[in-house]
This record gives sequence, structure tokens and C-alpha cells, in this order.
Amino acid sequence: MSDMAMLNSGAENPVDEMVLLRHRNIPDIDQLSVYLSNGGFAAFEKAVREWAPAKVTEEVKASGLRGRGGAGFPTGMKWSFLPDKIWPHYVVANADESEPGTFKDREIMEKNPYQFLEGLMIAAYAVQAGTAYIYLRGEFWPVAQKLDACIAELERAGLLGSNLLGSSYSLRLYTHLGAGAYVCGEESALLESLEGKMGQPRLRPPFPAVAGLYNKPTLINNVETLTNLPPIIKNGAAWYRGFGTEKSPGVKIFSLSGRVKRPGNYELPLGATFRHLIYDLGGGIPGGRPIKAIMPAGASSSLIKASDVALDTAMDYEAVATLGSTLGSASVIVLDDTVNMKWLLQKTLAFFRHESCGKCTPCREGTYWMSLIADRMASGKGRSDDAALLGSVAGQIKGKCLCPLGEFSLTAVQTALSLFPEDFAA
Amino acid sequence: MNTLAEKYPQDIKRILAKYPPEQKRSAIMPLLFLAQRETGQVSPEAVQEIASMLAVSTTEITSVMGFYTLFHDHPGGRYRLQVCHDLSCALNGAETFLEQLCRHLGIEEGQTTSDGLFTIEAVPCLAACDKGPVFQLQGDGEIVYYEKQTLESAKALLETLRQRAAGEVTP
Ligand SMILES: Cc1cc2nc3c(=O)[nH]c(=O)nc-3n(C[C@H](O)[C@H](O)[C@H](O)COP(=O)(O)O)c2cc1C
Ligand code: SF4
Ligand code: FES
Repeated sequence: MSDMAMLNSGAENPVDEMVLLRHRNIPDIDQLSVYLSNGGFAAFEKAVREWAPAKVTEEVKASGLRGRGGAGFPTGMKWSFLPDKIWPHYVVANADESEPGTFKDREIMEKNPYQFLEGLMIAAYAVQAGTAYIYLRGEFWPVAQKLDACIAELERAGLLGSNLLGSSYSLRLYTHLGAGAYVCGEESALLESLEGKMGQPRLRPPFPAVAGLYNKPTLINNVETLTNLPPIIKNGAAWYRGFGTEKSPGVKIFSLSGRVKRPGNYELPLGATFRHLIYDLGGGIPGGRPIKAIMPAGASSSLIKASDVALDTAMDYEAVATLGSTLGSASVIVLDDTVNMKWLLQKTLAFFRHESCGKCTPCREGTYWMSLIADRMASGKGRSDDAALLGSVAGQIKGKCLCPLGEFSLTAVQTALSLFPEDFAA
Repeated sequence: MNTLAEKYPQDIKRILAKYPPEQKRSAIMPLLFLAQRETGQVSPEAVQEIASMLAVSTTEITSVMGFYTLFHDHPGGRYRLQVCHDLSCALNGAETFLEQLCRHLGIEEGQTTSDGLFTIEAVPCLAACDKGPVFQLQGDGEIVYYEKQTLESAKALLETLRQRAAGEVTP
């Protein structure tokens, strides 16, 4: 069976009817006519024709939806932060997707683009923005081409433009490409980049909700977050809460990669276990080898040492935190017993050194030195006190960085050193 | 040499229409992409032209260019093969693949073949982590993903591209 067929077969994925990855149930849903005939834009229509913007926000609050871009911040609450005395408002979809191990937004945009666009339009209506931008990483040029075509199609169909559906509401969508900088996924750096500047994070406050793009109130949401909105508005908050847990309601796409037989995106209710994802769905480790560690949030993860307890832990925001890690964007990278932590740190630190924007010294210098030390350890030229040195550099950076990227560079270092000291024995 | 305004009037209009008239600066990155569409690099003349089009200094344009890795001010190969060597791909053989590809072309990572056709670059995660080894092919104004690659599949692609280049009459 081909991978695609495997992913498509309902039996492989417990959410039989996908909420987000609907293209796996409905062929050609990336065609507007097919999307429309499967209930597409019913939610946007309901919102614009029948609901006041504030009611949309209330419904999203009630659904308990939390941001899928990494931080897990309650979505409806974020929307309510935009002041209604300063105009215009902007909405920006964060399609930067650059965290190593993350590949869910790309699948949504390529295969189910209209659901994402409808979600973006609902968010824009809720905060009464007349313009919304989709900020895509530069490598997503082909994806931007596709979205541009979809947007043109929506304009022709009268779903985008002026006085939509007989209302006074008007909306335009535009794509904007980044050009190869992970830090631009951080929302304030993203806004700088969208303004035509170097993508360096801003000092906060003010927060983007108050002074964002062009200094105007701006809502920034992740692609997957937005893709949840059409089904929530269409079926209601109570329906959405039927998935997941009390504090982490709903469905989530888990990007599974690394040493696993069937890597890929899996849509699951929040609260499914690591074991279910890695073994039942992912087929376990190639060659039946033992699992050593899990990185649940891509390269930025705090490592989780594999154990029965860890594998039986629910993948929701709260439970993953009890393992000393974070769910983040749910980019689950699996490491088997052949992976040495020196090698792992060499990899993650090379990434963060490359991606540090250089604005603040602790991150710029710290990632440089940590990467240098990890390189020499991994190449077998390490000195006896290198592990201690690495730990001490990490300790010096902690808490001193302007944006979370600096902190992200430390999490794997600190957890690898504390959980796997044997890998660093000189 | 033709100016961007002469070559791409429609594209420029479309790009400028995306941003509020008083925020034209937002068009810097899209215009830089436009400028390097054909040759894969941004010429000093193009930098000048973009600066005056948007009423910003050339230094501002070059500092933006310098910050982002996808803009180039020096010539590379006609085709850039950007191979992901990041974590998930490296766990699935990307480093070996990259090495083999370089050896096959007789160049090191970051270099260009002597016929000027191919540049090989190791790049961070491309958001295709379940399908490594993976690379992006940039060239001829396009960016295309090639997933689940082997040395054999990559060799076949290189051959096709060679033939495409040989089949063209140079002006
Ligand atoms: C270094 C860094 C990289 C980030 N990259 C992304 C990204 O690629 N995509 C994304 O949606 N959020 C990313 N974020 C999180 C955003 O700053 C922001 O919290 C998110 O887009 C908000 O959307 P949400 O509330 O819908 O999750 C990143 C944050 C940091 C610090
Ligand atoms: S922590 Fe790093 S990436 Fe963030 S602003 Fe400072 S230097 Fe830039
Ligand atoms: S790690 Fe290679 S594409 Fe993500």
C-alpha cells in the first residue's frame, strides 16, 4: 500500500471523518466547486449574514480553541484584545512553518486551501479587518501560487471583495513571501518582515493586538488555528468540545517524523497518547529498535526520555507539561537508541546558530559557542570538560534573550545533559 | 539591460497594489524576488531601481537582502539544489544523500559545477520532514520540491535538466 493510501484509509486514523485534513475524505476538495458542495463557506456566510462580529468571537471563546502555532494561547481571547477605537485592523495568517519537524500547515494549504482561507476570512470578519495577509516562508513559493489562484477564484465567486453577501463588510486577502529566516515565524519579527524590514523581533509591549502591522491593531494566527474555525462556526462550540480534553479541547494535527516506520501528519483529538501515535499509527521504530527519546515540539523541544509512563501520556498541553516538556506545534520527532545526544545537539545547535537574528548578544554569541562546542564533541575532538562547559553557556543565556528563539536553543541542550549524561561521558 | 519596470509592468502593479500606498516599503521583498526571477541574482541596477521606486535608500534594500538567505547578490548555478540536512531528514539519511550528490557532481556543498549549471546547498528544514531526503530545486523562475529522493532519482533529474539546458539555443 502506498503511503498516501495508508494515510487515507479511515481505519488508520481514529477520527474517521477528518475535521482539518478533509482532503483525505473528499477528493478534489481543493477545487472551489467541490469545497462548496461539501458545505464550504456555509460558516462564513452564517457569520456575515446572521452574526455580529462579537458573537463569532464569543463562539470561538466557548469552543476552547487554543493557538496551534506553538504557544497554545486561547484564540477567542486573543481576538478580544484588539481595541475598537483604533482602525484599521489587520489579520495576518502565520504560514512561516519553519520549525524543524513541522509540516502540517503545508499539507493544509496545498490540499485543503479553501478551509484555511475560509477560516482566515471568519477571523477577519470577527475583528472587522478589511485586509488580511498570509505570510508564507519563501520556500513555499509553489504554495503561494496555489493560494493566489484560490483567492482569485473567490473574488470571481463574489466571496471576497466589497460588500460581501449583501453586507457592508469588505475583505481582501494577499499572500506575502518571506525569504528564508526561521525567526520570522515569531510574530513581531514576522510583522517587521511584512513591513519590508529585517526580520528582527520587536520589544514588547506594545503587543501586536494593539500596535502591530503599520502600527495598527493586528491579529496573528497560525494556519492550523484558522483552519479550525469553519467547522467550529458551522457546528458550534459544544460540538468542537466533543473532541479532546476539558482544557485542551478539539483536534490537532500531529506531524510525526524521525525514526518511525510511517511518518506523516495524523489528525487526532488532543489527549491521544504518544504510544498510539508512534506505535499504532506510526508503526513503531524501524527494525523494532527501542525508542530512546521524543521531541514533541520539533527542534525547540525539551527532550522526553522514553518510558512506559511517557508513552502512555496524553498529548495535550497540560499532560505534556507534566513530563517537563511542551506540546508546542505537536511536531513529534522520534529518536531511537542509535541516536547519540552529542549528534543531536550538534544538529539542533547548528540550526539555532544559523537562525539567530543577531539582535541580542546572549543569543547570538551563545548559539555560536554552544554550536562550536557541540561540533567538537560530536566529531570526537571534545575536551573532558566540554559537557560542563556546554551546560554553563546554556545557563548563562537562560532568561536573557529578547525573543523565545534564544530560549528554544537551550531546551534540548539542558534536557539532553540532564537526562542522558552517559552520552556525554568523556 | 531592461529595467524591471520595462520587463514586468503587470507584476509590479500587482505587487504594489497589495500594500497601502503609504506603506510601499512592504514591496521590497516581493520586488527582490521579481528581480532575481530570471538570473537567480539581484543586480546592483535592480537594487537602485527598487530603491527609487519605493523611495527608500539602497542601503536599506541591501540590508534586507543581506538578512534573508533566499536573496543572492552573486551568481550561483542556473539550478540551485537546496538539500535539507536538518534533524528529521538527517535521521533518514539526508547527510549521506547530500554527500553522494556532491561526490557525483564533483563539488563541495556550497559550490557550483564548472559548467555553471548546478549549485548544491545544505539548508534547514523545508517542512517536508516525513519525506526526506528532500530538496528544493530553484531555477528557471520556479521552486519545486523533490521528496523521498535517492541518488538515482536525483541523477535522473540532473540529466533532464542538463538536456533542457543543452536543447536551448543561447541568444
Ligand atoms: C522563533 C519562533 C518561531 C515561530 N514560528 C512559528 C511558525 O512558523 N508558525 C506559527 O504559526 N507560529 C510560530 N511561532 C509562534 C508565533 O509567534 C505566534 O505565537 C503564533 O503565530 C500565534 O498564532 P496562534 O495563536 O494561532 O498559535 C513562532 C514563535 C517563535 C518564538
Ligand atoms: S533571542 Fe536570538 S533570535 Fe531572538 S531577538 Fe535575540 S538574537 Fe534575535
Ligand atoms: S527536517 Fe528536512 S524537511 Fe524538515
